[in-house]
Amino acid sequence: MAVRKPPITTREYWAPGHAACAGCGCAIIMRLATKAFSEAMEEKYGDPDAFAIAHATGCMEVVSAVFPYTAWKAPWIHVAFENAAAVASGVEAAWKKLGYKGKILAFGGDGGTADIGLQALSGMLERRHNVVYIMYDNEAYMNTGIQRSSSTPYGAWTTTSPPGKYSIGEDKPKKWVALIAAAHQIPYVATASIADPYDLYRKVKKAAKIDGPAFLQIHGPCVPGWRIPPEKTVEVAKLAIETGVWPLFEIENGDIRNIKFQRFPKDGKFKKPIEEYLKLQGRFKHLFKRPEAIQELKEQIKAMWKVLGKEVELP
Amino acid sequence: MPMRKVMKGNEAAAWAAKLAKPKVIAAFPITPSTLVPEKISEFVANGELDAEFIKVESEHSAISACVGASAAGVRAFTATASQGLALMHEILFIAAGMRLPIVMAIGNRALSAPINIWNDWQDTISERDTGWIQFYAENNQEALDLILIAFKVAEDERVLLPAMTGFDAFILTHTVEPVEIPDQELVDEFLGEYKPKHAYLDPKRPITQGTLGFPAHYMEARYKVWEAMENARQVIKEVFEEFEKKFGRKYQMVEEYKTDDAEIVMITMGSLAGTLKEFVDKKREEGVKVGAAKITVYRPFPIEEIRALAKKAKVLAILEKDISFGSGGAVFADVARSLINEKEKPIVLDFIIGLGGRDVTFGQLEEALSIAEKAMKEGVEEEVYWIGLRKEIL
Ligand SMILES: Cc1ncc(C[n+]2csc(CCOP(=O)(O)OP(=O)(O)O)c2C)c(N)n1
Ligand code: SF4
Ligand SMILES: [Mg+2]
Repeated sequence: MAVRKPPITTREYWAPGHAACAGCGCAIIMRLATKAFSEAMEEKYGDPDAFAIAHATGCMEVVSAVFPYTAWKAPWIHVAFENAAAVASGVEAAWKKLGYKGKILAFGGDGGTADIGLQALSGMLERRHNVVYIMYDNEAYMNTGIQRSSSTPYGAWTTTSPPGKYSIGEDKPKKWVALIAAAHQIPYVATASIADPYDLYRKVKKAAKIDGPAFLQIHGPCVPGWRIPPEKTVEVAKLAIETGVWPLFEIENGDIRNIKFQRFPKDGKFKKPIEEYLKLQGRFKHLFKRPEAIQELKEQIKAMWKVLGKEVELP
Repeated sequence: MPMRKVMKGNEAAAWAAKLAKPKVIAAFPITPSTLVPEKISEFVANGELDAEFIKVESEHSAISACVGASAAGVRAFTATASQGLALMHEILFIAAGMRLPIVMAIGNRALSAPINIWNDWQDTISERDTGWIQFYAENNQEALDLILIAFKVAEDERVLLPAMTGFDAFILTHTVEPVEIPDQELVDEFLGEYKPKHAYLDPKRPITQGTLGFPAHYMEARYKVWEAMENARQVIKEVFEEFEKKFGRKYQMVEEYKTDDAEIVMITMGSLAGTLKEFVDKKREEGVKVGAAKITVYRPFPIEEIRALAKKAKVLAILEKDISFGSGGAVFADVARSLINEKEKPIVLDFIIGLGGRDVTFGQLEEALSIAEKAMKEGVEEEVYWIGLRKEIL
């Protein structure tokens, strides 16, 4: 009987025993991304282990590397919250001098990437380091107890964007770091989601095989931060795609006119209303008493698609 | 044969870096330090130095990239001053805590506000608690030598801590002096290749660096930094000896000048030591029993050496270019700490002097000396004095 090669490598770099919450979407990103990276390194250099990881402070760092334990089976370093991209630059430079073959992988949360680490990220991309930077986007500062970031969506409750008499929750549109990264005209920028693991896997592999920098912004739901039951993580992420909240795209060399979309409805009409996405999450519960806020969120999502070059209809 | 060249302090620092052959350099321009990365870029561009030079977008990223490179197992170097060093502050603790022997050259400059590009030591003094070894150079030759020495000490397995060498803004960074450039082969012998056993990011032997330390482990990790810094005392002495044997120039934790029969010893660091020695010569001619001492190594603080010095004098007068508001000068606090449990101890007075590039004149040194003489005869009135203030504009 012919044995089929598994679509995703059986090698593991993110070991069980880490302290992430049950149902953590970002833990799935850690596992899948390192697997994809290893497959890319194997195909490119004949060595699946040919990578090292630089990690920003945040949930995924804290849950994975508590002395004297580690969940990492790859060489791994954490330094601070805002500098994963700069640390990765240094590691990459050292690897060049050491004659190591391979590529550096950097992980940062949305806070460590969109906010405090944006400058270091821009520097790393602009200098064209051979680094894949993955922003795992759980849309708030989860490690410090769910404060808003510039990647928190409009309307969401967080501890620093509480809804109240004078507040609808987060009152600014989500900032799309993927587009900022693309403006650096780097070889490859993509968004992905844990709800489409094969797409995620393919994109990380592609990014890892490119010479030069690449950036991925990956959607990963957070159980306490989004106020969702742990078994709904993937379902919620899937609804984000199906309702048009989370775009899946790829941009090469900053060429936004030739942006490629995945799972985009051909007619530009999303079939499911964003309310289906919102209603599963406690962080948006208050919006159902404020229909004008849901309307505003829809307008913002349409505006985001327009920036991406698409006129969409949201039911 | 060693080469002699007339050069600025910044060039001496760049030459030291070149001789040490770091594999990664990451730096960002700031006055008065800018010439160091410029010169190193030139060395790299000409193929005289085989290194990756990362043109980072800030000092925070400069030190972060050095941490990444050093953690990956290579020798790393950077240079900065003042605001740049302050911007690195957060990562300085991390470099020491992760035991990464990065070396940094500092053109000692005042901190804002008001913004001021001229010399004092507030920048490095303010980083004294980060776990970095600190050297202060008196002249451009010392700047070069003390950077080479910094690499050797930092990389010693008994130490494994980062180190910074400071040299005064403009007074040294921009002033040309003859400097002997040691032979590359001798420097290679002296430093050897950096092959860390504790820090690497090698796929063949994956390790995790930069973990979270719970209360059950944190204090021990910090104690290890303390222990390493204590070990550095002995290592620095050994390295000074080896350096003298190889290159013929002698260094000491504290360098004394005409102290044997001195009643008053004036203590300082950096280039001010040169002025101070001239001043002592002048006063000696006038029959005043005054001596000078220069602190070359500020971290680890030379506690034993200061105790030995204190035994000789009735007054120790610290001349320092830094201030800890609400307390006094930092060197004063360290000297006082060194003597606190001595049975007999001299009077210790603190003179804040030369901040933000204010010229230190013989007149100011006279003023400090006369306050010290008065205290010796009549007792201490005050402990901290600001010397050379323009009272008319206060
Ligand atoms: C300079 C600095 N400021 C603040 C913090 C506190 N802090 C640590 S992690 C974090 C939030 C992390 O958010 P994000 O990057 O989104 O990662 P997540 O925890 O959500 O995975 C904050 C504010 C810090 N460690 N360093
Ligand atoms: S708080 Fe959120 S991001 Fe952090 S481990 Fe739990 S589910 Fe994951
Ligand atoms: Mg987050």
